[in-house]
Amino acid sequence: MQHVSPIREPLVTGGKTYADITEDVCRQVEAKPNVRWMMALGVSLVFLGIFIYSVYRTLWFGIGEWGLNKTVGWAWDITNFVWWVGIGHAGTLISAILLLFRQKWRTSINRAAEAMTIFAVICAAMFPVLHMGRPWLAYWVLPLPNTFGSLWVNFNSPLLWDVFAISTYFSVSLVFWYIGLIPDFATIRDRATGPIARRAYALLSMNWTGSAKHWSRYETVSLILAGLATPLVLSVHTIVSMDFATSVIPGWHTTIFPPYFVAGAIFSGFAMVLTLMIITRKTFGLEDYITLEHVESMNKVITLTGSIVGVAYITEFFIAWYSGVEYEQYAFINRATGPYWWAYWSMMTCNVITPQLFWFRSIRRSLTATFIISIFVNIGMWFERFVIIVTSLHRDFLPSSWVMFSPTSIDIGVYVGTMGLFFTLFLLFAKFFPVVNMAEVKSILKSSSGVNHTHNPDASMHGTAPKSHKHD
Amino acid sequence: MTSKKYILGVFEDEDVLLSAIEKTRAAGTKIYDVFSPYPIHGIDDVLGIQRSRLPIVAFFCGLCGTSFALWMQIYMLGFDWPMIIGGKPHVSLPSFIPVTFELTVLFAAFGMVITFFIISGLRPTLKVPVMDVRSTDDKYIMAIELKEGTDISKLNDLLRSNGAIEVNEKEVVK
Repeated sequence: MQHVSPIREPLVTGGKTYADITEDVCRQVEAKPNVRWMMALGVSLVFLGIFIYSVYRTLWFGIGEWGLNKTVGWAWDITNFVWWVGIGHAGTLISAILLLFRQKWRTSINRAAEAMTIFAVICAAMFPVLHMGRPWLAYWVLPLPNTFGSLWVNFNSPLLWDVFAISTYFSVSLVFWYIGLIPDFATIRDRATGPIARRAYALLSMNWTGSAKHWSRYETVSLILAGLATPLVLSVHTIVSMDFATSVIPGWHTTIFPPYFVAGAIFSGFAMVLTLMIITRKTFGLEDYITLEHVESMNKVITLTGSIVGVAYITEFFIAWYSGVEYEQYAFINRATGPYWWAYWSMMTCNVITPQLFWFRSIRRSLTATFIISIFVNIGMWFERFVIIVTSLHRDFLPSSWVMFSPTSIDIGVYVGTMGLFFTLFLLFAKFFPVVNMAEVKSILKSSSGVNHTHNPDASMHGTAPKSHKHD
Repeated sequence: MTSKKYILGVFEDEDVLLSAIEKTRAAGTKIYDVFSPYPIHGIDDVLGIQRSRLPIVAFFCGLCGTSFALWMQIYMLGFDWPMIIGGKPHVSLPSFIPVTFELTVLFAAFGMVITFFIISGLRPTLKVPVMDVRSTDDKYIMAIELKEGTDISKLNDLLRSNGAIEVNEKEVVK
């Protein structure tokens, strides 16, 4: 009983069978790395080298290596931190929120998107830790008994909430990702020919057999983890926004920040997922799994969240005027027309105007246009954080302390260096781990491939058991 | 060293498998386990697998997280070393909410996942534990334990008549 929907496009094209899915996904894990992968890894390693050098300079000579000054005490570091955390949020959205909404198109992209989450959070964590100046004392952020008569951490501080939020988010995302990887590691283990590969994947696959009882529990665990990760992801960027919103700086002290930051996070994260997916599908020949339908669905999310972000910018501006507070009004006028006007208008152009192009179906389904717009969105979202942070700080309450901020080469080095770190991790993931969740794609194949896989029509007509296609 | 013998029916289609499970159980044969490359919806009902109680585990682990977080913050800031921060009371519950929420989620997620690993016997091992390596690729395996005096040919016929494409025997040494 094949259910072919007249409206929905198939999610897996090319008439794939279950064995084809295994073959297509395992191929790059088992084959020798190709030249394009090696070249990409080489470039990433160069940037990783820049990162290591910049971190060395920061640690050896201190935070003075960065362009910070007395007025602007936070700049690129926190901008990059929020940018990376935001990027990570799309992975959780795809794996958790879309699972709860039963959006089946998530199955072929969730693995790579979750990997992106984990690597983005690793990159994000670098900035606050480096900004401590003495990262070897980073454990002081934890409530540990200490030699000062146990002077504890301050649980009233949003910066401490951040410690708990980011570390919980990282560990829960890692567990969620790993649970999903176990059955696929088992598949690779059972195909492995070399003794090292078989042992390595046997260790990783945790004795997985695919028993019906285990699958039943696995699905329960995934669903509950999704239910836990959904409020978690919303809480993380809410708490990040509270780093700003609970202060009394004009431009930061607003109640719109939590929802506005969450929407922005999803917006930038989907852009990064698209950037990565368009490259990955091409490099590994996964065009039948990550189809134009997937790209279009993600572009719709980008248009929605981009519009929310646009409305938030305008609301912020309106409320600044409506509040009647002189400092608040000045902060916003200064953003749009002050010395950092170019950052503000880059943000407006990239975040508010470019995603509106996706109202045209041809642009939504064009890979080139999507790729370019996704880069624009990533640039725009970086500028958003830069505008919020630097323009609010650089003109203080006292005009005598007004300054400009300009980054040093070490600032730039740490930032582009984290991209090297991110892409190195992502490329290693893409080589040694299955980039598409094979088990989940197999579970939707029958209902969503547009091909009839039923061998025995009589058997499939028997109607007592609920079928996998019941949700269509 | 004990060894157990199993007879494995190999199936190629999930709907055929589901009806075969029903017919096998109706014929009075006990199915040891079914192995599949992905979760088959509806298999729990035909195999008689009980709904997992892991959500309850998650709930109670989460509750432990909530209590621990509240105790920690109230004890540390309220009693062990009270300090006035921003003119707020020592025990200012609204600002304890974020950490309490995060620890609730952390405890619930880890408690549930660790329980899942323990009860399912999932642990790092060097062995290949599957009965038939194709069950993680594209085949469905129904395993029936062979006891003393089981009529193998009858089981063979039962599985084949219900759509199995192959029937194999497998000895597992525990």
